[in-house]
Amino acid sequence: MIRIQAEPFDPGVELAAFAARVPGVGAIASFTGLVRKDSEGSAVFALELEHYPALTEKTVSAIAEDARARFALAGLTVVHRHGAMAPGEPIVFVAAAATHRRAAFDAVDYMMDRLKTEAPFWKREHGPDGARWIEARAADVKDRARWG
Amino acid sequence: MARLLFFGRLQDAMGTGALTAALPAHVRDIETLRAWLGAKHPELCDATVRIAVNAELGPGNSAVADGDEIAFLPPMSGG
Repeated sequence: MIRIQAEPFDPGVELAAFAARVPGVGAIASFTGLVRKDSEGSAVFALELEHYPALTEKTVSAIAEDARARFALAGLTVVHRHGAMAPGEPIVFVAAAATHRRAAFDAVDYMMDRLKTEAPFWKREHGPDGARWIEARAADVKDRARWG
Repeated sequence: MARLLFFGRLQDAMGTGALTAALPAHVRDIETLRAWLGAKHPELCDATVRIAVNAELGPGNSAVADGDEIAFLPPMSGG
């Protein structure tokens, strides 16, 4: 299940709802990405996440399909926000369910590496020196390359 | 007229997130579009910028025509 939304969400509620949809599995792994309080030594007042709606859900769904084809999963969910958010708020939630832990861990890791570099979102941090666009870091690109 | 969309830092560089433009006759695909726009706006044609036509990311020979929505996408940063 994929949701792209402006509204805040509660990762605990999402995890419980996901677990209820995959009864009997042996493993659930999840990841929650949060807005940082500071970035490269400067305070972050707010994060703005712009996206390209015509492409966003399609791209995230295609990445999720790739994860399902690659790992033996019983379930997979992604919640991704866009719009303005405050430090501490969740940006993204990914959870994967499988019979055994390795597939669940790997699927979440894989999803995040691909979302970071391929999902059409652009981050702008607002801080004491104004606003600046944040692009995928070299480390993100290297992480993505691990999966071929 | 084609509709051009600019995301991330490109909207700052262009001073707008969207504009409409008449495509000259020789602009028929992504490559010729890049060459045409790159003369005036090199930041749009940087190798890191991807171009989607009608919300499809395709190769350089993907056709562009009047009426299309052409989106300029700098490196993405989801998650």
